[in-house]
Amino acid sequence: MSHDLPGLLDTEAIRKDFPILGRTVHDGKKLVYLDNAASSQKPRQVLDALSEYYERHHANVHRGVHVLAEEATALYEGARDKIAAFVNAPSRDEVIFTKNASESLNLVAHMLGWADEPYRVDSSTEIVITEMEHHSNIVPWQLLAQRTGAKLKWFGLTDDGRLDLSNIDEIITERTKVVSFVLVSNVLGTHNPVEAIVRRAQQVGALVVLDASQAAPHMALDVQALGADFVAFTGHKMLGPTGIGVLWGRQELLEDLPPFLGGGEMIETVTMEHSTYAPAPHKFEAGTPPVAQAVGLGAAVDYLGGIGMDRVAAHERAITGYALGRLAEVPGLRIIGPATAEDRGATISFTLGDIHPHDVGQVLDEQGIAVRVGHHCARPVCLRYGIPATTRASFYLYSTPAEVDALVEGLEYVRGFFG
Amino acid sequence: MYQEVILDHYKHPHGRGLRPGDAEVHHVNPTCGDEITLRVRYDGATVADVSYEGQGCSISQASASVLNELLVGKELTEAMAVQATFLELMQSKGQIEPDDAMEEVLEDAVAFAGVSKYPARVKCALLSWMAWKDATAQALEREKL
Repeated sequence: MSHDLPGLLDTEAIRKDFPILGRTVHDGKKLVYLDNAASSQKPRQVLDALSEYYERHHANVHRGVHVLAEEATALYEGARDKIAAFVNAPSRDEVIFTKNASESLNLVAHMLGWADEPYRVDSSTEIVITEMEHHSNIVPWQLLAQRTGAKLKWFGLTDDGRLDLSNIDEIITERTKVVSFVLVSNVLGTHNPVEAIVRRAQQVGALVVLDASQAAPHMALDVQALGADFVAFTGHKMLGPTGIGVLWGRQELLEDLPPFLGGGEMIETVTMEHSTYAPAPHKFEAGTPPVAQAVGLGAAVDYLGGIGMDRVAAHERAITGYALGRLAEVPGLRIIGPATAEDRGATISFTLGDIHPHDVGQVLDEQGIAVRVGHHCARPVCLRYGIPATTRASFYLYSTPAEVDALVEGLEYVRGFFG
Repeated sequence: MYQEVILDHYKHPHGRGLRPGDAEVHHVNPTCGDEITLRVRYDGATVADVSYEGQGCSISQASASVLNELLVGKELTEAMAVQATFLELMQSKGQIEPDDAMEEVLEDAVAFAGVSKYPARVKCALLSWMAWKDATAQALEREKL
């Protein structure tokens, strides 16, 4: 089958940068890696940055006056500069390194739980999320609501996998302190309309938190254009190592809001009675940070920037459109989420007749095809659509139309096997 | 992994459906959303019935069917021994090749030996067996009181 899709990247060249994509599984079967929404693979440039850091520059950061300490600090802070530029942050001091997006979101919830007025979340206030959130953007807010007595509210979903904003004025009210929602859904693939929600939140003076975990790897992210107050994402889904996440926050908020974790590096002065805190971002980075991981993430955004995020997005749009078309040919296959490539990311969840996704995933794996099965840490989405779980194929800049074909062939085999 | 015996049990489950029991439990496998509601009924020390309703993958559903076929009618101590043997097999990481003695105890359940090589699927196979153990403990506890 020939694949003349406009917008495709030169995947042949790109794939050479990813050693793991060349490996085989299950006695010589070519690996078809379609689990990118769970975690991406790493290019050699990132792997080299990690080993180069450890082989030549490692020491603890922000302390010590020796050469290695200074080199490690420069590399770590250099990574912060790169991330700030990558998301168009007005200031590098607005970029906080965490261990992942979950920690970033938990950090915001804790800041707001301990904050003074006007940010404080308490029993007279409301928190708003949506039904399509990853558990990492549900549970921290449930915990905050339980601890403070605040009321947790959420937007429901339409049958075609989009946010139902028809009752936005009832959901976001004068009592709302914070609205936290996902930019691109990790199950449905839906790209949510930020502007309408931000506008309403600003009307009532609520803060807006965006979970951009499935957006930052795949499209140009401009925190200023988004208009949110906080944006969280994780490194390992965007070619970086595990153990590194980012929380971007508006500077005045980071100045006003209290720290969560206390410890080394987040202080200004400490006496036995009292401490004062370092300015952001260090105020929120207690303890020795994930230095090598930050350096690796810096290399990852260099790699992505070298290709260009608009080109990455165009490639994925082409692959998604092609995949949606081909999957529609599979009898019994039901897409859970938007059925067209419009306003959606390269993550496609589906069910296949009444064959359980676990069985689908296992038989695909036997053919070398890696997909995710289950509820994808977003169980309310499965409940909403009345299904126990889904199979999810998710693509990235190295994904090819031939891999989509392999998936479709694999699904035909699954149908035969359990038919 | 997908032995013919497993697929047979999946497509034609034994004893499926909820019937009256002495205790009921609901177990889930949070990684994948397999669920089972299971009831046990005892007649003295005899397993009189194990009834269940659930949704999940072929492994989890077939395993419940095999459990029903294997345990109903057995004395509790014997049923416990079967459960323990199945647990041992499933936790073997593919290292146990079932011998004749094990096959005699486990009957159709030896077909799950291959599943033990897949850590992600062991929980599916064990779901109903853990539910049965839990329900049995509750039924016994109630009897004591």
